[in-house]
Amino acid sequence: MTRETRGVGMSRLIGGLVLALLATTSQAAYQLNFQEPATKLAREVYDLHMMMMYICGVIFVGVFGVMFYSVFKHRKTPGQAAATFHENTTVEILWTVIPTIILLVMVWPVTKALIAMRDSTSADITIKATGYQWKWGYDYVKGEGEGIKFKSALSTPRDQIEGRAPKGEHYLLEVDNHLVVPVGKKVRILTTAEDVIHSWFVPAFAVKQDAVPGFIRDTSFRADREGTFRGQCAELCGKDHGFMPIVVDVVSAEKYSAWVAEQKTKMAAVADDPSKVWTLDELKTRGESVYTQNCAACHQPTGKGLPPAFPALDGSKIATGPKDAHLDIVLNGKPGTAMAAFGKQLSDAEIAAVVTYERNAWGNKVGDMMQPAEVKAARK
Amino acid sequence: MNTAATTANGHIAGHDDHAHHPKGLMRWVTTTNHKDIGTMYLWFSFAMFLVGGCMALTIRAELFQPGLQILEPERFNQMTTLHGLIMVFGAIMPAFVGFANWMLPLQIGASDMAFGRMNNMSFWMLPPAALLLTTSLFVPGGAAAAGWTLYPPLTIQQGMGMDMAIFAVHILGISSIMGSINIITTILNLRAPGMTLMKMPLFCWTWLITAYLIIAVMPVLAGAVTMTLTDRHFGTSFFSAAGGGDPVLFQHIFWFFGHPEVYIVIIPGFGVISQVISTFSRKPLFGYASMVYAVAAIAILSFTVWAHHMYTVGMPITAQLYFMYATMFIAVPTGVKIFNWTATMWRGSLSFETPMLFAIGFIFLFTMGGFSGLVLAMAAVDVQMQDTYYVVAHFHYTMVAGALFSAFAGAYYWLPKWTGHMYNEKLGQLHFWLSFIFFNMIFFVQHFLGLAGMPRRIPDYALQFTEFNQISTIGAFGFGLSQLLFLYIVITCIKGGEKAPAKPWEGAEGLEWDVPSPAPHHTWEVQPIVK
Repeated sequence: MTRETRGVGMSRLIGGLVLALLATTSQAAYQLNFQEPATKLAREVYDLHMMMMYICGVIFVGVFGVMFYSVFKHRKTPGQAAATFHENTTVEILWTVIPTIILLVMVWPVTKALIAMRDSTSADITIKATGYQWKWGYDYVKGEGEGIKFKSALSTPRDQIEGRAPKGEHYLLEVDNHLVVPVGKKVRILTTAEDVIHSWFVPAFAVKQDAVPGFIRDTSFRADREGTFRGQCAELCGKDHGFMPIVVDVVSAEKYSAWVAEQKTKMAAVADDPSKVWTLDELKTRGESVYTQNCAACHQPTGKGLPPAFPALDGSKIATGPKDAHLDIVLNGKPGTAMAAFGKQLSDAEIAAVVTYERNAWGNKVGDMMQPAEVKAARK
Repeated sequence: MNTAATTANGHIAGHDDHAHHPKGLMRWVTTTNHKDIGTMYLWFSFAMFLVGGCMALTIRAELFQPGLQILEPERFNQMTTLHGLIMVFGAIMPAFVGFANWMLPLQIGASDMAFGRMNNMSFWMLPPAALLLTTSLFVPGGAAAAGWTLYPPLTIQQGMGMDMAIFAVHILGISSIMGSINIITTILNLRAPGMTLMKMPLFCWTWLITAYLIIAVMPVLAGAVTMTLTDRHFGTSFFSAAGGGDPVLFQHIFWFFGHPEVYIVIIPGFGVISQVISTFSRKPLFGYASMVYAVAAIAILSFTVWAHHMYTVGMPITAQLYFMYATMFIAVPTGVKIFNWTATMWRGSLSFETPMLFAIGFIFLFTMGGFSGLVLAMAAVDVQMQDTYYVVAHFHYTMVAGALFSAFAGAYYWLPKWTGHMYNEKLGQLHFWLSFIFFNMIFFVQHFLGLAGMPRRIPDYALQFTEFNQISTIGAFGFGLSQLLFLYIVITCIKGGEKAPAKPWEGAEGLEWDVPSPAPHHTWEVQPIVK
């Protein structure tokens, strides 16, 4: 679906508004309410919100009915003086006690829902979601699929973001690797982060849990229908906070098992042979791919960076200087800056490749290379 | 001391010789006069309002369409951060301090604030702080870009713009604390004979309570940003798990300040509204004592609810439940105030000059902000709304349609007293209607964006959010332009217009209406006796 020009879009305003009032699809324009719930808890949250809207609506009509009646009826008219009353203890007590009772009535079902929401025991599958600047990493730590791990980054091309290509249907809500879970099973999500606070948010599940670096939090959901559900990072985490979405595929039990098997095979295939000796060209090719996925967001595809926050690598002293200093900063990051410790995120081969690439790309022509074994040795 | 005849308003005759007071620029630099200082606060706050408003327009322009058109994401984050800091600390708080300076001595029958020189210093600290904040945009790395809430560890990563913001916050905080000391001392010690606390205009009560809140919590903010500074530069790890600290500690400290802060912003506004509603209903405020107790209750309760800003941070469920129950309780005294204002209007004799329009608009729209606040208080539902545009809608309803509208109400209400002229009533009403309509265009649709799942603080968004973002942006430009009308109204009122009597509003009560319009440079040099 491409975006129409603004003129045509505006003329759809009225029609769209009417449509939206009737529509309850999960992601429509002019959407007025929550996304279509995909879990029992999300449905409860939807209903709780509707209950609150009705109660607030009644109070709204009551209070402003009285007020606007007064605006109309008690306007200054000749010969009609203002009344002089200015206190009434009974009325004051009533309108303190009655709202208190209304609040207590409201809070009881919310309490029950919250207790259910915070119960993440007896999960069938446990997955750790790690927030990075700026993507998610998923580790299946317990249950069917245990051992699977991958990163999940935004897959919307830069061209679309910068207006050089028409935007796709799932613009900004699409990733390279989806999180896959089976339908009807309780999934416990552990959240943590590698650098700053992020937050894992999927509206259709009514799940949001902050991912705090150095700590583990948890939440859980049990999806009751199959489908693809999209969410976003919900805690400001730096420049690409708006560009690290979450996509969850809820599939049948059979499809899930098939996916698990496929992932395990894939992981075995791409696992790098630790004894392999790489050639310069192999390192540079692999390194370019690693660079594009992990480094280009800040240091730019051109290597020119966005100084001073993100220094240039093209012509940099570190990238053309001694290998061990270059390796150190990639492995261990630079505390107090946005340069993360990529040793935690990338394998020995990936780090060896990206360091080699940086030393031999753009204007850099150092000519040397790094083997995965050197990276392994440098890890403390 | 001159014992010659006094004029009706207590101004000592023959004391008009100001040859010993400087003229021109030095008058303003060295003044200890509450009216001069109040005027400076008001002009400063309006200038900051326009600066913060331009930042908002930049944000809304970027958000007009999906895609990145105007700002790089990092710049966008700087805009949102500075917009928040400037509006809260540079616009709305100084505006109400300006009202306090102008009106408190007049209302309690005092000749000036208790500490004239400290008053001068409180104001003059503000322009350097504002400069620090605004110029931080142009230093290497740009301004702080972690949101006005400044959460670590993101703040630890930032460049020198963050340090400038930290220093600006320190200076702004010190200014507020000194101002509050002044206000408390003035109200408690300098009231005219016969003016007991329970005879004070409600505006004085609201500022008395607000001043205590400020003294209690601004140091807490100072602590939080200082810990951020030392984590950044001096090797501490208050907010870093690797060093034994906890990022969430900052959130607790910040919001312990932050929640009372939002009441600091709104409570003086409550005072203005009480006076305006009573005046234009030609009826005494309903339930004066309850109104005082309600504000005091809100202020005390505000210390007990801070973690409702942090429901998703991972706290134990018992804590979530406690904060939910405590937060809901604030709705009770707030509701009492809404009902009391309505009861003041009931069977009054109402007229709808501009201050009254803004006051009624306040009650209507602030209550809507209260409803969305109630929804957010419900922790199980908040999971869906936290960090989405629903929160943005909520706090703009309370802070713009709430605090800003009450400031406009006060400005129109007291402009005749300050300037000696009536403002142009037709234009004032136009300013109200334009503001009201465009405000709702900006923020009502943001409730829907939040419900639909659009997060906050993002420069670009998925396609389904486009239409409401477009409506919101158009509203923003309309609202911004309408504020230039206010500037025009104020300037023309200062320069001329129908002469204002001492009491231009038929139903007005209070000592400020016993002095001439414009109020002379010195008033109540002999205190009135209040019966």
